[in-house]
Amino acid sequence: MAEELLESKYKNAVALSDATGPVTVFPEKRKYHDIVAALKLDGYNFASDLCAVDYLDYMERVLPTNLSPQRFEIVLNLLSHGLARRVKVRVQVESDSPHLPSVVDLYPGVENMEREAFDMFGIVFDSHPDMTRILMPEGWEGHPLRKDYSVGRVPVQFKEAPQPR
Amino acid sequence: MTYGHSSFLRLPESSAIDLSEDQILGPGEKMIVNMGPQHPSTHGVLRVMLELDGETVLRSKPIIGYLHTGMEKTGEELTYVQGATNVTRMDYLSPLSNELVFSLATESLLNIEIPERATWIRMIMCELNRMSSHLMWLATNGMDLGATTMMIFGFRERELILAFFEKTTGLRMNHNYIRPGGVACDFPDGYEDDVAVICDTVEKRLVEYDEFFTGQPIFRKRVEGVGTLSAETAIELSITGPLLRACGVPWDLRKSMPYLAYDEVDFDVIVGTVGDTFDRYAVRINEIRESIKIVRQCLDKIPEGDYKSQDTKVTPPPRLRIDESMEALIHHFKIFTEGFRVPPGEVYVAVESPRGELGCYMVSDGSAKPLRMHIRAPSFVNLQALPPMLSGSLMADAVAIISSVDPVMGEVDR
Repeated sequence: MAEELLESKYKNAVALSDATGPVTVFPEKRKYHDIVAALKLDGYNFASDLCAVDYLDYMERVLPTNLSPQRFEIVLNLLSHGLARRVKVRVQVESDSPHLPSVVDLYPGVENMEREAFDMFGIVFDSHPDMTRILMPEGWEGHPLRKDYSVGRVPVQFKEAPQPR
Repeated sequence: MTYGHSSFLRLPESSAIDLSEDQILGPGEKMIVNMGPQHPSTHGVLRVMLELDGETVLRSKPIIGYLHTGMEKTGEELTYVQGATNVTRMDYLSPLSNELVFSLATESLLNIEIPERATWIRMIMCELNRMSSHLMWLATNGMDLGATTMMIFGFRERELILAFFEKTTGLRMNHNYIRPGGVACDFPDGYEDDVAVICDTVEKRLVEYDEFFTGQPIFRKRVEGVGTLSAETAIELSITGPLLRACGVPWDLRKSMPYLAYDEVDFDVIVGTVGDTFDRYAVRINEIRESIKIVRQCLDKIPEGDYKSQDTKVTPPPRLRIDESMEALIHHFKIFTEGFRVPPGEVYVAVESPRGELGCYMVSDGSAKPLRMHIRAPSFVNLQALPPMLSGSLMADAVAIISSVDPVMGEVDR
């Protein structure tokens, strides 16, 4: 039922991943916040997970025809306690100065997750109350989970340690 | 927003008070102090910035990342065969849940079925792990509240379970036992007796805990009405696991969205009423009882058969075949050096770990290594509940409240 509801509501934004898997919604970036708000009204009361993916060298993923693949993708997993059903929201984010509206106002629980996505991928969530690094030290340079940030590139740094130069 | 918005301290990490300045606070002046990261009751390296008015906590901010070791980045460098050794180190108190969620995600992308016996072995091991994790929580929670007896008792019972894990998997922790395709080896001979002894012993000891812990007035005074969290706030803050159930929300993935064979066993979802620290204690101690119930049913229902998939794509040939067949040797070598290729796709799988919803979002690009391996760590999200729970409580209660969240820093920071 929820699938038809979603599909009739946001015609181009919805694609079914497959017969068994959960519904996946592919909104355009500018409609992202509105669609998440509509999903919340539809009973998806719980934000399970939000994470970013860096598709730097791999652009062959299946998307609805009206969307072009971008380097970054934000994946928001919503859950409905009443329906015991999940829905995935995948939104494309461009690689130059990546920005996305924050959904903290709808789901306060994604605060830490959005901070992690910012810390690890450098995606800035607009109107997030505390857009700072969460896992890396405050003065860290770069975003470690990006594909072009190679392993072992930077020596381990500690804020208080004396610098070599 | 209905949740305690005012309880969140949003200041940079460096703004805690500098003791060297030796400043004297006037009456009514607020002070920001650090609790941790080297505090014995913060379960590792959690640092909480507390805004204090006298002894009352007003706002707070958990600061994490001291144990960050880039395990998600490491996960992209390891093949699917090696990946389980990496994820098992995240939540070091329930390593088997981590391996399970990783294996389920990989199997879902591979689209393979695992043998029925492997499913039941996984269930027994995960439920035993839930018991050991909750016992460990009882131990550390007792220590935080000054009940050292509880600490010794919790460790004693956990030892029983770890000894069985060692017998089965070869290791006490970080087992790499549940692997994509099944489990590493079958149970040892006579495992039914070992598991039955564990269940009987822990069940008897739980009655003892009830006598001198649950009913003890000093303990009750320290936990009742402390750190209350409402169900609405918990859901808004994406809280899962015993924390959410203590608020009265009957949400348990094993029941609500069953995986493995949890729909074939009979157990209850334990919920609290008030959502205070005592409810969280009660939920956990009763969840041990439910786990015992599940393990006993599993022992009755576990079928005979293979313990790992016979799909040669993911399963190496048996040891004996390697000695007599060159092809088997090559096959073995290929699986452990190159790994197996996984069809392109993305999947989100979630299981109920002792701490809450443990999810794995995995993206494959068709190679032998995941393009992205994200773990939704329950403690990482559950720590967001600290500010509303701490707000208005005394500094001394902060210890009990932090302990009741049961954060495992290895999982929080990954």
